[in-house]
Amino acid sequence: MSALRRRLTSCLVPKFLKPHHRTLARQGFLDYRSLWLLSIALLAVVSLLPLCIITAIDYTLTGRVAGSEQVLRTVRTASNARRTVTYFLDERRAVLEFTLREETYALMKDPEHLAQVLRNMRAGFGGIVDLGLLTEDGIQVSYAGPFDLQDRSYKDVPWFMAAMEKGAYTSDVFLGFRNISHAIVAVRGETEAGRPFLLRATLDILAFSNMLTSLEAGNSGDAFIINREGVLQTPSKRYGAISQAAGIPVPEFSERTDHFITTDRRGVEVLVAYAYIKASPYILCVVKPTSEAMIGWLQPRIDLLWLAGISLVVIVTAIYVISTYMTNAIYDSNLRQAQVMERMEQTGRLASIGRLAAGVAHEINNPLAVISERAGLVRDMLTLPGRKTGREPAPGLVDNIDIVLESVERCGQITKQLLGFACKIDLTIEKLDLGKVVRGVLRFLEKEAEYRSIGIDVDIPADLPPIHSDRGKLQQITLNLVTNALQAMSSGGSLTLSARLDEGRGVALRFSDTGCGIAPEHLSRIFDPFFTTKGNHEGSGLGLSITYGLVRKLGGAITVESEMNKGTTFLVTLPLAMEEQRVNAEDIVG
Amino acid sequence: MSTLKILLVDDEEKFVSALAQRLNLRGFEAEWAVSGAEAMAKASRTMFDLAILDVKMPRLGGVDLKRELGRITPSTRFIFFTGHGSEDEFKVCSAEASCYLVKPMPIDELVANIYRVMGLSPKGD
Repeated sequence: MSALRRRLTSCLVPKFLKPHHRTLARQGFLDYRSLWLLSIALLAVVSLLPLCIITAIDYTLTGRVAGSEQVLRTVRTASNARRTVTYFLDERRAVLEFTLREETYALMKDPEHLAQVLRNMRAGFGGIVDLGLLTEDGIQVSYAGPFDLQDRSYKDVPWFMAAMEKGAYTSDVFLGFRNISHAIVAVRGETEAGRPFLLRATLDILAFSNMLTSLEAGNSGDAFIINREGVLQTPSKRYGAISQAAGIPVPEFSERTDHFITTDRRGVEVLVAYAYIKASPYILCVVKPTSEAMIGWLQPRIDLLWLAGISLVVIVTAIYVISTYMTNAIYDSNLRQAQVMERMEQTGRLASIGRLAAGVAHEINNPLAVISERAGLVRDMLTLPGRKTGREPAPGLVDNIDIVLESVERCGQITKQLLGFACKIDLTIEKLDLGKVVRGVLRFLEKEAEYRSIGIDVDIPADLPPIHSDRGKLQQITLNLVTNALQAMSSGGSLTLSARLDEGRGVALRFSDTGCGIAPEHLSRIFDPFFTTKGNHEGSGLGLSITYGLVRKLGGAITVESEMNKGTTFLVTLPLAMEEQRVNAEDIVG
Repeated sequence: MSTLKILLVDDEEKFVSALAQRLNLRGFEAEWAVSGAEAMAKASRTMFDLAILDVKMPRLGGVDLKRELGRITPSTRFIFFTGHGSEDEFKVCSAEASCYLVKPMPIDELVANIYRVMGLSPKGD
């Protein structure tokens, strides 16, 4: 479970945002925060940019296709309507032409007969309100229908003149004598005497309109007919009643059904599909607001945006996790590398200082020997029975010589320690009970601890397995660390020595005191030779560095943790059995 | 028992002369030399019971000098002293002599070692 949590933490939590480990900071390793941000930025660019481009292209293309589809559908509706309207008008015109061929002018001049023809037409085709027969002078000589239009003159009416001229004509919608909107279809014939006349029919505008409203023009779509002046010929849901201006531009003439986009008088952008109706003044229009025309594209657009959004979140999460994991891995690797380098540096430093110390000690020992022997000779001359001169030496002279000799001896001790620092001494490996070794050393120091009211607790389990190590070195390490701990506690306090089996690493021996602690800035240097925080004459600064060397020689490791005014803990980890090869390899310093 | 004859050899004259005087004051018959050649010359004239040699000397070092002296006076015993005390030196000297001291050493320690090497007790002197 903890391994899973560690892995998750390694993927999600950037460790390197905290202030750098001092080792990494000192060795000038990478700027992990910038590396992490750069990794996120680069991965985001290379993965999100194509996604955004593809989404934008897809969005545009799909929108365009959907738009085209809507335009095509509207144009198709207009085209179908055109066929229907054209058929309607052609059919009415054909009925009139058929009547001209079947009936004679004389017969049709009889209103009763004309009424019979009208009834037949209505029964057969419908869509015709009335029929009229007009002479070349424009007089309606015969009329069948609901209005009183018998003998009316249409001589100056535009549709009459156009029909007489063209032979067949379909009129705009107009009010006329009946004062009701209607449209005329008229065809020209010849009397038995060869004189021209017109047979005209009034179209049923209602049938015309119903035909258009039945078209599928959508919810807000509209289908209607305008004339060439843009006047509505059929009623419109949105653009007004018959004979009103529709308020959209009159489209350019086109043989085929076409379309354009415009803004109507209400300011709404609309798609207009239109078709000119042949042999008539009519233009059929199907109008749809463009917003409605694109409504079918709305759902795919929402789906597309959702997909893009979810992909974005997944990719960004993956980028974050990958970048954090990789940067954490680099950070951990560099940290391990830096710690190894630091240890090597420390070992190398100790080795060079050891060699230097040995050289210095040798150079100093010779003059020290001269001082020692010369001062000793003077003392001998003054004190030895055979050389007494009979005169007492000046008061204090011998004492002063003794001080010189003591100082020389002290210097000699220091130089011998220095020599020992660089000296390789063979290890004697034997099977040891760690508890017995530690307790044996403590016996030397119990009196001092008691005198200074310092309690010493030993917590070494009896079932701790024996270790194979060097007794003398182990005693020296214990002695040095316990002495160090006692010196850190002025009076009172406690020292705890505990040992535990550390799976995979050997035995962990812990020395915890409640002394003054070590300042954080000193922690990295306490194993350096000659580094001491004690007064000038109280310590040589060699104890901990010698301890460090001894622990390394035994194939172990030593670490320290300390808090000012709370105490210090030295942790010595020793292997259960020493490897011969390792002993030799580590034989660098004393 | 007659007085012990001791030859001190060290290239540091101020040291070796003072040490010789101190040993003389303690009842030994000590002579000193500052080089291997001078030591050889003295040994050819006097039969020394003990030679105390510095390990590191110019031209003829203590170990080589010991071999040379051994040829002239096979019964002479030896003590080495040194200012260095390296492990290599220690190994060589341990093979050549039964006593090896590091300078500076107290005179009492030297005297005790002289008696030990000669197999004598201080009282027997």
